[in-house]
Amino acid sequence: MAEQLLSLDDLAVQFKVGSMLAGGIKTLKAVDGVTLDVKPGECLGLVGESGCGKSTLALAIMGLVLPTRGRIHVGGQQISGDKPPDRMEMARTVQMVFQDPYASLNPRQTVRRTLADPLRLHGVGDKAEVEARVIDLMAKVGLRPEHADRYPHEFSGGQRQRIGIARALILKPKLVICDEPVSALDVSIRAQIINLLLELKDEMGLAYIMISHDLGVVEHVSDRVAVMYLGRIVEQGGWQEIFEDPRHPYTRALIAAIPDPFHRAAATVAGAKAKGEIASALNPPPGCHFNPRCPLKADLCTVETPLLGTVAPGHLAACHFRDRII
Amino acid sequence: MTGARVTGAGGNGPLLKVENLRIALQGDGVTFNAVENVSFEIGRGEAFGLVGESGCGKSITALSVMGLLRRPLSLGGGRIVLDGEEIQDASAAEMRRLRGKRVAMIFQEPMTALNPLSPVGRQIAEMFVLHQGASWREAMDRAEEALRQVRVPSPERRIRDYPHQLSGGMRQRVMIAIALACGPDLLIADEPTTALDVTVQAEIIDLMAELCAAKGTAILMISHDLGLVANMCNRVAVMYAGRIIESQVADAIFATPSHPYTRGLIDSLPRLGERARRGRQRLTEISGVVPSIQAYPAGCRFNPRCPAVTDICRTTVPEATSLPADGIVRCHHHG
Amino acid sequence: MRLGANTWIGGGLFAVALAVAVTAPWIALTDPVMDANLLNAELPPSMEFPFGTDAQGRDIYSRVVYGAQISLTVGVVSQIANSIIGVTLGLTAGYWGGWWDDFVNGLTNVMLAIPSLIFALAIMAILGPGLVSLLIALGLTNWSYSCRIARAQALSLKSQGYVQAARILGYGPFRIMFTQLLPNMLGPIIVIATLGMGGTILAEAALSFLGLGIRPPFPSWGSMLSDARETIAIAPWVSIFPGLAIFLTVLGLNLLGDGLRDIFDPQATTRRA
Repeated sequence: MAEQLLSLDDLAVQFKVGSMLAGGIKTLKAVDGVTLDVKPGECLGLVGESGCGKSTLALAIMGLVLPTRGRIHVGGQQISGDKPPDRMEMARTVQMVFQDPYASLNPRQTVRRTLADPLRLHGVGDKAEVEARVIDLMAKVGLRPEHADRYPHEFSGGQRQRIGIARALILKPKLVICDEPVSALDVSIRAQIINLLLELKDEMGLAYIMISHDLGVVEHVSDRVAVMYLGRIVEQGGWQEIFEDPRHPYTRALIAAIPDPFHRAAATVAGAKAKGEIASALNPPPGCHFNPRCPLKADLCTVETPLLGTVAPGHLAACHFRDRII
Repeated sequence: MTGARVTGAGGNGPLLKVENLRIALQGDGVTFNAVENVSFEIGRGEAFGLVGESGCGKSITALSVMGLLRRPLSLGGGRIVLDGEEIQDASAAEMRRLRGKRVAMIFQEPMTALNPLSPVGRQIAEMFVLHQGASWREAMDRAEEALRQVRVPSPERRIRDYPHQLSGGMRQRVMIAIALACGPDLLIADEPTTALDVTVQAEIIDLMAELCAAKGTAILMISHDLGLVANMCNRVAVMYAGRIIESQVADAIFATPSHPYTRGLIDSLPRLGERARRGRQRLTEISGVVPSIQAYPAGCRFNPRCPAVTDICRTTVPEATSLPADGIVRCHHHG
Repeated sequence: MRLGANTWIGGGLFAVALAVAVTAPWIALTDPVMDANLLNAELPPSMEFPFGTDAQGRDIYSRVVYGAQISLTVGVVSQIANSIIGVTLGLTAGYWGGWWDDFVNGLTNVMLAIPSLIFALAIMAILGPGLVSLLIALGLTNWSYSCRIARAQALSLKSQGYVQAARILGYGPFRIMFTQLLPNMLGPIIVIATLGMGGTILAEAALSFLGLGIRPPFPSWGSMLSDARETIAIAPWVSIFPGLAIFLTVLGLNLLGDGLRDIFDPQATTRRA
């Protein structure tokens, strides 16, 4: 355990939603028994669609939502339902890069203030040192020193995202959660930001959790990949295993859904497209949550929830038919 | 009902022809050309894609075809010919007759395009009543059939649902049902799946392509996603900063992109399977930022970001050069 | 940012009122209290007395000028108090939510249900007339609108990415409220405060008119109106000029508030395509 930077142990986060008057109170199982590790310096790709629980999972890892069940070890801290984390230590361990570079910067703060305030808050009192660290980090993310006194509205989307990345790195965290870091950017800007994130990872020895629905991006940056569906991890493994030998029908459906202009060998994904819509997380189907959309559905799938089982060392899939290759 | 169909029957030219389209944007005392010199043709039943980044003018080009440009945007010049009929100067009443019946449109966010206070069945039926003079009873039956066609499960119950009771994918299906209700000749789809989950997106695209093929409806697909468009369309035009910089047959645009911008876009995106084939390569970046309309550079508008830029690019707007199979490219350094 | 004509007119009127209040000792012709001369009682406007004189023969122009000091002091000071109370309650309620939000919401609803003038009257009845009582009575009774606005803004701003980011960086709740939320809600708060100031000036006038505000012989615009009640038929100028002063100042504040609202309205600012 010691060498893991982050480990989630049967983590569950549930919310009560609705009201007594209108339809009664229901339990939303946003995250439902997730077990996961991230090593220092590793990039874990986290793939899933709306309602799969990836945002809640991110909030839980940062200590902003407490687990209903299970435990989180991150850095040297343990978080559980009755043991909230130390806010300051947490901030120096885990940080986040947001999707929308427009809403994620305070419009009334200059770049300098956005970067310097957290340093002062965390006890870097020396003025010269604060300034040096701000300018140094700005250079690392590709901003010029004269940008320091500008406000967010003076920057383009790509530059704003650079500021957002700098803010996430200013306290030298060990783990950075990147929540769709390029999907709100212009297509011609995305490569700049992906390259930057990879450079910074090597340079600063960072671990990433890369949340994205863009499988091309996930494949490009990840060492390992976890696929979530309605609160559960349905498949996880090394990037090559997930993309070359996907075993869960949902993973295959995700890959099949990517328009492929180069007419990729259709064999791996033929007939793999999912049908219908994602069920509500408030009322997931019994058994395997994916069963109503699954091309492999059998009676067993509506009765028994498949557990994550080993396909190969380090490659797990939660499907009754994980060993049946189509 | 003055039969707009009359000319349609004998038309053997392209269904839609846009020629030298210019769209003016009224700023503070200055007028900008948000779109200029845009020309393209869409054949009957053809799927045509218009690709570009936000602000490149692709969406307003589509709006101009629908006659839906609103202040501060206005048609600055050019011709829009639908089925042999010039419609760029058509009155609001004429355009209303065309919309829905001959040309229909679906949008990125179906929730904003649907009336939240009316059941979806009624909104589909309205099309039959309005454009085909059907009775409400008959129209409701046909609405149910239309929902079945877009594969909404148990349509007999869904016709009474309100938009907020449906998921995003279901709402977009309803939009498609409304758009295709009167069998239009052209369906304009503006980022129809951008707001949807990827697995749902794939289904909606397949559905749209299939229905349009069955009915012989042409599609003008607008998207920022070159891969998506190239997969679905016969031909693709790429827009940058208000101009079409390249247009080609869809298969060719990925194989032989001719404009540095198109090439840059294709090279800069990580493609599935690429890492397994070649290992992790640094992505090819397109430097700089997308210019804003107030600061479009002179000459070729891609010149500040172009790796192959020379002096002529900074001064002279490149003319269209022909490519095989009716393609064009606007680059001084092509060939 | 372009300011509309209304903003200029409103701002101008309020600026004039402020200038008059500040320079009263120099621009007044006579002492507003001491220079009573029954021989000059109820003279119509003339060269010597531009606004005429009242029943005690005091120069109404000088009394209106000094009255500005009282009216504006009460308006500005009590509105600042209202804004501070309202924003503090609204900001904390919106950010924290939970029982505190329920409590503040309930309190706001109670305040909105009681006519604030009646509430102020009750406080004045307990404290007795006088400037300090006025400030307290009006400074404690008109915060509900500021509170509503601050709460609504806090609710919508707290889900913004930069507020999340601040939490992740270890900012405590007060630091977040003060550095992330407050600066981004100042616009609407200033609008409400400007409009509210007009209301407080009117309330002061009403209380003084009812004899619960500023005690005679010191002039406030409200108490001057009160004094003019009996002579309104024979000497209308005694009531016209203080009335006009109230009207123009409150009108100015309302125009200014509306103009500022247009400026701060997110709909009016240029949006990204």
